[in-house]
Amino acid sequence: MNWVWIGDNLGLIGGRILEHLALTAPPIVIGLVLSIPLGYAASRSRVARSILLSLGGILYTIPSIALLVLVPVILNLAILNPLNLVFALSIYAVAIMVRSAADAFASVPRDVVASAAATGFSGRQRFFEVELPLAIPVLLAGIRVVSVSTVSIASVGALIGIDQLGSFFTDAFQRSFLTEAIVGVVAILLLAALYDIVLSRIGRALMPWNRKQSAVMASPKVSTVPLGGSL
Amino acid sequence: MIEFCGVSKTYPDGTHAVQDFSLSIPARQITVLVGSSGSGKTTLMRMINRMVEPTSGSIEIDGQDISKAEPVQLRRGIGYVMQNAGLLPHRKVIDNIATVPRLTGVPKSQARTRALELMDTVGLDRALAERYPSQLSGGQQQRVGVARGLAVDPNILLMDEPFSAVDPIVRDELQQEVLRLQSELAKTIVFVSHDIDEAFLLGDQVIVLAQGGEIVQQGTPEEILANPASDFVATFIGADRGKRRLSVSQTQARGDDRVLVDAGGYPVGVIAAPEGRLAVSSASPKSRSVSNKTDQAGDA
Amino acid sequence: MNLFAEAFRWIVDPSHWTGGPDISGHLLEHLSVSAYCVVIAVAIALPIGVMIGHTGKGRGAAILISNVARALPTLGLLSILILLFGIGLLPITIVLVILAIPPMLAGAYAGVESVDKQTVDAARALGMSELQIIFRVEIPLAAPLLIGGLRACALQVIATLGIASAFAFGGLGIYLINGLATADYTQLLAGAILITVLALIVDGALAVVQRFVVPRGVALGRTDPNGHQKRARAPRPRVLQEGMQS
Repeated sequence: MNWVWIGDNLGLIGGRILEHLALTAPPIVIGLVLSIPLGYAASRSRVARSILLSLGGILYTIPSIALLVLVPVILNLAILNPLNLVFALSIYAVAIMVRSAADAFASVPRDVVASAAATGFSGRQRFFEVELPLAIPVLLAGIRVVSVSTVSIASVGALIGIDQLGSFFTDAFQRSFLTEAIVGVVAILLLAALYDIVLSRIGRALMPWNRKQSAVMASPKVSTVPLGGSL
Repeated sequence: MIEFCGVSKTYPDGTHAVQDFSLSIPARQITVLVGSSGSGKTTLMRMINRMVEPTSGSIEIDGQDISKAEPVQLRRGIGYVMQNAGLLPHRKVIDNIATVPRLTGVPKSQARTRALELMDTVGLDRALAERYPSQLSGGQQQRVGVARGLAVDPNILLMDEPFSAVDPIVRDELQQEVLRLQSELAKTIVFVSHDIDEAFLLGDQVIVLAQGGEIVQQGTPEEILANPASDFVATFIGADRGKRRLSVSQTQARGDDRVLVDAGGYPVGVIAAPEGRLAVSSASPKSRSVSNKTDQAGDA
Repeated sequence: MNLFAEAFRWIVDPSHWTGGPDISGHLLEHLSVSAYCVVIAVAIALPIGVMIGHTGKGRGAAILISNVARALPTLGLLSILILLFGIGLLPITIVLVILAIPPMLAGAYAGVESVDKQTVDAARALGMSELQIIFRVEIPLAAPLLIGGLRACALQVIATLGIASAFAFGGLGIYLINGLATADYTQLLAGAILITVLALIVDGALAVVQRFVVPRGVALGRTDPNGHQKRARAPRPRVLQEGMQS
């Protein structure tokens, strides 16, 4: 490790971290926002479910380097435009989140929804005041996975010349300079952990009714395979 | 004969499932371990085929200490019927029944022939042989479970609340089936139940268990009914509520027949008037035929 | 869209399929390296995953490994290993195996763990040995999820190999890297299409296998004529679906 280089380039490292944040935050938000209506539709109809999940599966199968090249052609953007990376990452985020969101809404107990209806909630109120809040645990688990993957995968953008933490990897290779690559990996792991912590804090704030329970049970009961976290 | 000698089971978390339990289970009879949850009844039964290892004490089968036996071999020689049947979902009915013989090296065709015979024994249509468990009703699955338990013609058959998940009508059928099978096969059956009526119906010997495997009373159903050893037993069998005391209802069923009710007011049978007339006040017991299903209705 | 047409023309151009390092050569290279990396990863991860699922021990470690692996940037790992070992197949193989292990491990333990505990208990009570329980009960019932793990594992490897072309590896990614270097958008797009098609075909083929290995009794249970839903539908556990490959 060349600590001198790190000391001399703190500004560069900080700048790359900010670029990385700016490129990864929008796809995570977009993934969440788009997946909610899509996932809700998928939880409501078997046909919608199989179409949306198959589509998600196919999009998710496209290797990232290929998607990064396909997006500018489809959007007719210059290949160096950072929007390409945001768009490609959003596609992945939605592809993954649709399944999470479908599972999240399916996890809402039917009898709770039925009793809300019987109490006189309108369809709209039922969605915003009952179904959406109760879907949060699974949605949260999904978005935590998406955030970690998005941070890691964004680095591939360096191959098409979009600057962020991944640029350390291509530079390191060209200059045969190991320190730079290690700095990049560590920064990405830290950023992923940061997203994870922030999202779980937000989740706690949004779900006051779960706090006591999660202190006892540690993880939400809904997911048999823990998804995010433990970084 | 199965002999429990001072058996205890303490789980790593400190729970005492069973403490210092001794019992001898006679051969070729049905012994029912009955108790509520936490009484250690299933733990006790699972010790017989070493699915659970006692923390202390010993268990002998026909004088042989089972801790000396190899567990896998031991289990292959003991029939086991469990709640929800526990069938292998990826195997056909006939292959489920033939599982243990196949494990012990019986050739496939022979094991399958035997499995078909067993389907007759437990009252299953042979046409079901090529179906998968998921295609059967709960009662049919349970019969497959019994057939599988009998597949190696074991001396001992362990039955762990086998009928608790089926509906009451099917349960009655299956209980009668067990009695019929036992009259033909005369196995040493250890039956675990939380249902005292099931215990009294099936058991030659009934063991009433309290928390931690404490035997609060053992004996034939008649002995226990006639003479509950403690308030606990009395409560458990419902004697304190006079649940089993019968009386003749003032309500007439039809014609001159009379309805027999228990203390809870549930009808349990009809007293048929033999010549179309029945003087209730002075009726002699001989002239009455009480329908056989005592009590079931009251507890269903 | 015109670019797509050009890219397709480029792909089917016979001169790109004959002589020297042509498409078929790169395809073969991509496939063969992928295959042996998957084989190594499966040989390591499958037994460990099955044992974790069977015994329940080491589950925490397996979850930790798959979470950390999800955060590991493939590009970063490749550059570090290549700087350490020099250009060649060895560092690439190491990276591919490292990245391919977690999805297979997750598929194996989640699959075995998902087998009904009562079924396993029954098998044990009947007198099956632990090995017999694993091979005759748990693996057949977990097969769809095991193949699901294999799918995720194969996708990961195929995708990462595409990136490895940036580090002097051949394979189909070479067209992307060459296209980028020379601003030849036709070749670039052709490379992207070739890798995507390869990934979709392999994934599709494994999806067919996955459907095929669902035990018949379990498959029938799902569409029980009485309408009793006996098994969950999704053959792919969430953990597998949600790891993004690069």
